[in-house]
This record gives sequence, structure tokens and C-alpha cells, in this order.
Amino acid sequence: MGLSESVRLALEGLRANKMRSLLTMLGIIIGIGAVIGILTVGNGLTGSITGSMSGLGASNIAVTLRAKDDDSGGMMSMMGMIDPEEDDLITDGMLDALRERYGDYIAGIAIGEPAGSGQAKNGRLYANVSLSGANVDLAEVNNLDLLAGRWIQEKDIGGRRSVCVVSDKLVNNMFAGSLDAALGSEVQIDRNGELLTFRIVGVYEYDASTMGYSMASEKDMSTAAYIPVSAAKHIAGASDGYSSLTVQAQPDADSAAVAQVVEDFLNYFYRNNKDYSVMTMAMSTMVESMSTIMNTLSIAISVIAGISLLVGGIGVMNIMLVSVTERTREIGTRKALGATNNDIRIQFVVESIIVCLIGGIIGIIVGTIMGYIGSTLISEPSYPTIGYISLAVGFSMAIGVFFGYYPANKAAKLDPIEALRYE
Amino acid sequence: MDPIIRMRGIYKRFYIGQPNELEILHGIDLDVLPGEFLSIVGPSGSGKSTLMNLIGVLDRPTEGAYSLDGTKVNEARDDELSAIRNRKIGFVFQNFNLISRTNAQKNVELPMMYAGISSGKRAARARELLDMVGMGNRMNHQPSELSGGQKQRVAIARSMANDPAIILADEPTGALDSKTGRMVMDLFHQLNREQGKTIVLITHNQELALETDRFVTMRDGRLYVGDTGEEVRYGA
Repeated sequence: MGLSESVRLALEGLRANKMRSLLTMLGIIIGIGAVIGILTVGNGLTGSITGSMSGLGASNIAVTLRAKDDDSGGMMSMMGMIDPEEDDLITDGMLDALRERYGDYIAGIAIGEPAGSGQAKNGRLYANVSLSGANVDLAEVNNLDLLAGRWIQEKDIGGRRSVCVVSDKLVNNMFAGSLDAALGSEVQIDRNGELLTFRIVGVYEYDASTMGYSMASEKDMSTAAYIPVSAAKHIAGASDGYSSLTVQAQPDADSAAVAQVVEDFLNYFYRNNKDYSVMTMAMSTMVESMSTIMNTLSIAISVIAGISLLVGGIGVMNIMLVSVTERTREIGTRKALGATNNDIRIQFVVESIIVCLIGGIIGIIVGTIMGYIGSTLISEPSYPTIGYISLAVGFSMAIGVFFGYYPANKAAKLDPIEALRYE
Repeated sequence: MDPIIRMRGIYKRFYIGQPNELEILHGIDLDVLPGEFLSIVGPSGSGKSTLMNLIGVLDRPTEGAYSLDGTKVNEARDDELSAIRNRKIGFVFQNFNLISRTNAQKNVELPMMYAGISSGKRAARARELLDMVGMGNRMNHQPSELSGGQKQRVAIARSMANDPAIILADEPTGALDSKTGRMVMDLFHQLNREQGKTIVLITHNQELALETDRFVTMRDGRLYVGDTGEEVRYGA
């Protein structure tokens, strides 16, 4: 008896019990759907995170002070949870030396000093801002797109001028979207009751994928207002020097290698410092380790979802056993008419495989839809890969064979005389 | 003429080696000639069903030799027994045993499917057989849509599918009223007469047995000629 005959027989058997077949499939549908859905969302999440990280600049290198007593592997220092003294900070002198020595490998050194948040006001119009001290390289290193005007320049920093570069969101809120009206205008920023006045010299485009999504409405969301780094230091009352900055490697340089060189170079200045040293981390390395973490995570969750597949498989086995018992006479008749044990075994295994396969295919469709919806919610629409799909198909077939074999074998081993007599 | 069925010294014992060992058949001899219509009668518990299972190759004798259409079956493996049942025996059961989910035509095709015959040839042969038993206009009916007599006619068509050496009918009229039972018997006579089919009919109804060519009676695990005759014995 050929395979197509077996498939036809199996479909006949399933059609005879549509509701039961569907319920049996449900376990497989849920299992496969969950795994596919989770892997797809995981993919989207990984893509979203690595995308926004590389959006910040794949060749960027984060440079930060590292407390020598930091036993978190540098995590605490990375997150800025350190409190260095003034003479522990990285100075402009060190950075000038770095530029001079490794200028060929370094495209820019960006400094962004947070100087608190506040509200820009113009009569009844307002916009929330976070003040951020910037140097000349920051726009380039952070991939900021200027829509109008100019970026902060050396003379602004040297003269500690009260100029700022604001987001297009702020222009929307306060100048009805008119870039021309915004440029050259003065805004007052209320920083904890202290009123600061800045003149807008440029407008940059706010990019949600790299600057973060805001739960707040368009009107209330907070965007960065960049001011000269010297002005920021002054406002915050901070000392000269930096605890963190970003180095951008030249596009053709190996950023991981540049990170090592920068770390070694700067640490020369810290050779006698007993509290701090400098650590660097290339964004590419970070993206890599982040995607590894995300992949591991989504696989781990999928394994948990896979347990429901196991339960589904047991459901298939259960129903197949019931089906074998119910069809004992039929099996007896088939054997009397010349079916070999193997014919009977194949008939039931194929039936089980088909239940699982159809369940698996429906599961893939359900999982794809769920995954697409889920990943769209995190603004990174994704589809399952061919690899996942073939894995799901293969796995559901394997479940069919594994959980169908025992009932099928039971059917095959029935004694035809007993089976024919079965009531 | 060589017999189609040749049984010599057939014993069947159950629970062998256990305290409740049971001997059902005590050395049966039986010959059935080609084209013969033989009936085996006997009350329930006489060993009739056990003998039928042996003739139908559903079971092996504990002892003795059985050849069917020239094939020695008492030493065959399970798969060989399946093939023998498939090619050489056409079963007709008391309760029809049609596969409930498939129509009359597919039921008739079943033995041919296990014989590996292509679906086109199967369908043609099934139609021909159903026409022969007068069921040509009900080929696409499910068994549940057929009366008892119609079901049995489909079953007879099925038994003929692979043109077997014998038709083995186990109480074929047992579940039918006398009128449809008569019709089924007429069909067997027709097959025997027109196509020369060898038929073994197993029944407890002596009236039916009397209308066949020859009948033997099973009593307490032994076969007797006719109603009250000698035990059936052929020399070695």
C-alpha cells in the first residue's frame, strides 16, 4: 500500500471525527503558535534594540570612568553610578592628547553632559526639555540630523554662550512647526525655578528609534535641548572634566580594537590613581552581546512554550489510543482482508502525523500573526524565519511519529480474531 | 483433481502448558474440491468458529498440515498469512464488517488496495463486482445508508475482489430476515454455478446446509459426514 493511500485513509479517518480532530490539533496549534510567536517577537525585539544601538553609531565607543572597587564588572560605572572627585575626571587635556596621538583612527569625541531637565516656556506655550551640554562632535557622533540653523560651535563653548539646539518636537509645540520662527528666537527654560534664557540657533530631527519612545503625549514628551558643554557645566555647578564620553572610530577602523587602544592610552593618565581607571566598550561589541542575550532569552522562553507542545503530543497519543480501541473491529476486518501489521501501523502513524502536521501549519499561521502583531507593537514588524518554520514543521511531524507510534503499534499487534469479535 | 483445501490431523489447543489447557479440535481431516459448495454445520461451542479461523488463515493450527490452493499455510509467517488471506480467501461475515466511513465502492476496493492494485483498475473492478451483485446503483452509498441485505451484497462483492480461491462465509444470513437471507443464498449459488467459485459456508442452520453440494457436521471438535454419518477421515 502506497503512501498516498495511507494519507487518503488517514484523512478519511480524521474527517469522520472533525470536532475531535480539531480539539486534538488544538494542543499542537497552541504549542507551535506560541513558539513561533515568541521567537518572532524576540527577533523583532533584538532587531529593535540592536537597530537603535547601531542607530546611535555602530562605530561608537563608550568611554567611562570605572571605580576600582566596582565588583559588578563595570556595570555600575557604565550606568553612571559612581561619584568621582574632580581630579579623577577625564580632562580636555587628555582628550587633546588622544586626538593628537590617534587622530587617524578617531572620527570624533562627543561629550554630552546632562544638566537637568526643565520646561521651556513662551507665554501659554511650553515644551518639556532635558538640558544636555554638548561639544562640537556630538551631532556627528550621535547621528543628529539638523533641519535648520547650525550646531553648537567651538566659539559657543569657549564663550559659554547661551545658545541652544532644540528638537523639531519643541518647534511644533512652541512655534507651530515654523523653523524660521524658531531660529533666532529666545526661549526661557524653567530649571527647578531658575529661569535660563537661550537663543535657538539650530533645530534637529527627533528620532524615536534611537532616542527612546515616550509614553507621554506629543505635547508633553521631553526632548533634549543641546547647549554648549561649558554652559551646562556652569549651570550644573560641575567641575571641569568628564566621567563619560563617546569616541567615534573612523568608519574603516575596527572599533573594538580602537576601543582597546583608547582605553590603554587614557589609562596611562590613571596609572597612579588608586580609585579610578578608564574603561571603554565598543557599540559593536555591545550590540553583539545584546543580541546574544536576546537570542538566549527568546530560546529559553520558547523552550517553556515548547512544553505545551509536549502536552499537545500526549493529547494526540491519548486520542489515537481511543481511536484504536474504537476501531478495533475495523482493524480486524482490514486484517482479515489482507492488511499486514505494517499496513495498519502505517495507517495510524500517518494519521497521527497528519493531525500534528495540520496542527503545526495552523500553529505557524497563528504564530506568524501573533508574532507580527506583537513585533509591530514594539515598532519592529517581523516575520518568522524559514528556519523557524521548517523547524516547527519538522518538530510537529516528529511529535506525530513519536506519540503516534505506540497507539499504531498497539493497533498493528491486535489479534485479528479477537478484533473481529470485539463489540 | 487436487483439493483446494486439504487439512490433515488438525489439532487446536489453547493455554498450552498451563493447567487449563484446552483442546478444541481433535485432529480434523477435510478436503474441499475446486468448484465445490460445502457447508459446515454445528451447534455453538462445537469448535466451528475455531475451524473457520483456521480455514480463513486467521490462526495457525497447533498441530497438523493445511494447504490452501497448493500453499502450505501452517508454517507461514504473519505477513505471509496476510497475503494468503488477501489473495486466496474472500471473507463474508455475519455482521457484514463494512468500513463505516467509506462508501460501497471503496469498501469493495479495500482488498485490492492491500494487494497493491492501482486505483484506476480497482475502481473499474469494484464497479463490475457491484453490478454483478445488483448494487451498481448504490456504489456511492455509505454502509449506514444500506439495508442489511444490501450490506451483505456489498460484502460479497468485496469477497470476490481479488478473485480468491475460496469464499469463506460465516453465518452470512444470520443477521438477515428470511427473505433477504434467501436472496444472499441465491447469490452464493449463482457465484458457485456461474463462476465455479469454491464456497465454504459455516452455519448452524441445517436447512441451508442441505441445499449445498455437501455438508459436514462439527460435534465436540470432530467432523462427521452429513448429519449422522461417519467421522470424516482420509488416510495419510
